[in-house]
Amino acid sequence: MSGTHRRAIGVETIGMTMRFGAFTALDDVSIKVPAGSFHALLGENGAGKSTLVKCMMGFYHPTSGDMLVDGHEVAIASPRDASALGLGMVYQHFTLVPSLTGAENLVISREKVPGIIDWRKERAALAAFMGRMPFKLPLDVKVAELAAGEKQKLEIVKQLYLGRNFLVLDEPTSVLTPGEAQDVLGLMRGMTKAGDLTVLMISHKFHEVTAFADDITVLRKGRLTGTGKVSDLSHKEMAAMMIGDQPIAALDSRAAPKPDAEIVLKVKALKAPDRTGLKSINIADLGVRSGEIVGIAGISGNGQKEFLEVLAGQRAHNTGEVWVRGMPYTATRAEARELNVRLIPEEPLKNACAPKMTVAENIAFRTFDVDGNGKPVSWISAGAIKSFSARLVQQFKVKTASLSSPIASLSGGNVQRAVLARELTGEVDLLIVSNPCFGLDFSAVAEIRARIMKARNAGAAVLLMSEDLDELLELSDRILVMSDGALVYETPIAEASVQTIGEHMAGHH
Amino acid sequence: MTDMVSSPDMPGILEARGYRAALEWIARRAEAFVIPLAALVVGMVLFSLFILAVGRSPVQLYETMWRGGFGSWFSIQNSLSRGAPLLLAALCVALPARLGLVVIGGEGAIVLGGVTAAAIGVVLNGAPSFLVILLMGVGGAAAGGIWIGAVGALRHYRAVNETISSLLMAYIAIALMNHLVEGPLRDPASLNKPSTQPLSDVYRVGNIPGMEVHWGLVVGILACVLSWLLIEKTRWGFAARIAGGNVRAAQVQGLAVGPLIVGFTALAGGFAGLAGMVEVAAVQGSANGSLAAGYGYTGILVAFLARHNPLAIIPVAILLGGIDASGGLIQRRMDLPDATVLVLQGMLFIVVLFSETFYGRFKLFNPDLWQRST
Repeated sequence: MSGTHRRAIGVETIGMTMRFGAFTALDDVSIKVPAGSFHALLGENGAGKSTLVKCMMGFYHPTSGDMLVDGHEVAIASPRDASALGLGMVYQHFTLVPSLTGAENLVISREKVPGIIDWRKERAALAAFMGRMPFKLPLDVKVAELAAGEKQKLEIVKQLYLGRNFLVLDEPTSVLTPGEAQDVLGLMRGMTKAGDLTVLMISHKFHEVTAFADDITVLRKGRLTGTGKVSDLSHKEMAAMMIGDQPIAALDSRAAPKPDAEIVLKVKALKAPDRTGLKSINIADLGVRSGEIVGIAGISGNGQKEFLEVLAGQRAHNTGEVWVRGMPYTATRAEARELNVRLIPEEPLKNACAPKMTVAENIAFRTFDVDGNGKPVSWISAGAIKSFSARLVQQFKVKTASLSSPIASLSGGNVQRAVLARELTGEVDLLIVSNPCFGLDFSAVAEIRARIMKARNAGAAVLLMSEDLDELLELSDRILVMSDGALVYETPIAEASVQTIGEHMAGHH
Repeated sequence: MTDMVSSPDMPGILEARGYRAALEWIARRAEAFVIPLAALVVGMVLFSLFILAVGRSPVQLYETMWRGGFGSWFSIQNSLSRGAPLLLAALCVALPARLGLVVIGGEGAIVLGGVTAAAIGVVLNGAPSFLVILLMGVGGAAAGGIWIGAVGALRHYRAVNETISSLLMAYIAIALMNHLVEGPLRDPASLNKPSTQPLSDVYRVGNIPGMEVHWGLVVGILACVLSWLLIEKTRWGFAARIAGGNVRAAQVQGLAVGPLIVGFTALAGGFAGLAGMVEVAAVQGSANGSLAAGYGYTGILVAFLARHNPLAIIPVAILLGGIDASGGLIQRRMDLPDATVLVLQGMLFIVVLFSETFYGRFKLFNPDLWQRST
């Protein structure tokens, strides 16, 4: 299959509908991706993008609707059928075997692998295949040693090696640096222009869509809400198709920074082992002043998680110290309460909530053990918890069927709203946040960023760790880059350049 | 930062009212009743197949079981007596379970609690009876508490799996008891069945007035009620539920997870140790091999059937006590070995574990999925 060189194919769906019980995930969606085009599929979380793609790839059997490949109606009963037609998918997260080399990964991914592999022959075939590819990749290195951009390229090469000429890319750049993203998408763009490949890319990032795609299709709540040529559409028009006419929270204007404000969080010479125990994180010197947002950029897995866990008291550190407002800080409940420290970890349902406990109980996690005057109480009152939570639910516009619903039944945005309600109520002197908008929809993202900015303007020192560079650029007063466990670069926001930050993220300095 | 947008009136959209609120309240709680009851029924149907396979009538069997367990005042009292130790043994499973720990070695704490209580009763022979009985209770609870508390400490501080360690520690506890009753604590007069010296009658715990049921039943019910209050109404219980629901969330909130785990497991072991003391002081009169009668293991079944709710443990323990009590009658009337009831218990346990996968699956029990009229 690696020998034949097929041309790009066009794919079309007609009236695709998918119902799960009473819920309609996809409602009569027709989309046309001509051969050799680069098509972007836009939509908020839950808009039906992945449902549509899964129907196309044979993971789901649509309730009704047809699928055309190169103008012929086809029946796709399973992912195997899809791959036989040349349809392939690259997932957001890597599916390669880290302990094998690139060449081994390619060969074992074939549908039919001979019992005994003739490596000499395979290598020759691979070399010939790679010669036709615009991608240059070391195939004799273990995948674990490749950079994220190279892994993503290898994922794509794997699909091409398997003879697939229509690729669905599911948010392909979410794990890449800006430079790597440019590189990978540019190569894909080149292949579509040459007519070797058709691409359907699921994306949230407008600037990528504008730079690389020909056409877009927009879904909202399972319906097709817009389609058109990228060259005819502005970002504003695309956003309007995605979210309809719901209002978007505006970011508070940034209060003027005070360079001599009190340093609330101070970290000095902090060393802690990472989760493998082989490497360590090493924060030489970090200070966050009252009324500023310090953003920490970095590709995931460079020690941000471990640093956050140290600040949260979940991970012991070997040496170094953490001070909050001049006091040594070890993240006990009493210290956090005394010093007004709030910490919001990423993926709040997984890290900051008890999923089966009720919305009301989850909102009360920070305050259940004290009375109105901050005195410890022994007996808790379900009534007081409910009325407290009812007030916060209203203030923070948490959408929930009932205060007694398990918090796991809420959408991601509403879980995050509930957690923000819990953590941003009352005096906040230090706010530590990690990837607060990961996986949330447009309006939730805007609202949550507005809340963080509001906390900053009210005088909180904010430490924001994020893998989303756009978010950091939007919110931060200063940006630091974390690479290989250390803070390697710092820039005030006025002088921040995506290019330079990206290079430091990739460890090129 | 303070948010001052609050309006004093409660949002009406959030909470249903009146008839509808009552329906939702019932629906949210009904799941915890209906699913275990259904599991019980399915388990009994499966057991019927077993009974048919050995050529007996299931109808007659259940009828006999009912008569043996609850058919007369005599059999009810018998069931209550057998249910009493199960109350405490089940708490030894249910309390750690609320913290997300599966502790199955309550048997060890029962055995050690019994031996400790018997030793105290013998050593303090001659002291005032209320004092000795009190100290026997405290000593038994302490022994069990240390034993299961150690399981919790190993879990939290050394990441040792609590299920395995509690089970293995139960074997160690039984071996320790055998060593003590056959060696240092042995009453030379106990020839066939090595035992500690019998407690003098003034140190025995008697029956509840007007019943042939010892005070252990009252102790067990009290322990269940207190445990329920602890979990549902106190800040320590709330903290434990957070830690059980998601230990990471508890840590981020700065809750002292280690002390919570050690405290709850120690309390759980304390209840089991108390069960051992009651067994010695109210039933056996001395510590011997009969302490390891399997109450700790039946307690696991009781706790799971009760969904680790201390109040639900009370009826479930009495029901299981009834099944146990009917074993003798089944043996006599139906010519089946009295271990037959163990087959039933085993089947029930499998079905109950299986039924855990059904929680949250039914729309009927989940008002969030109901069509909203407002």
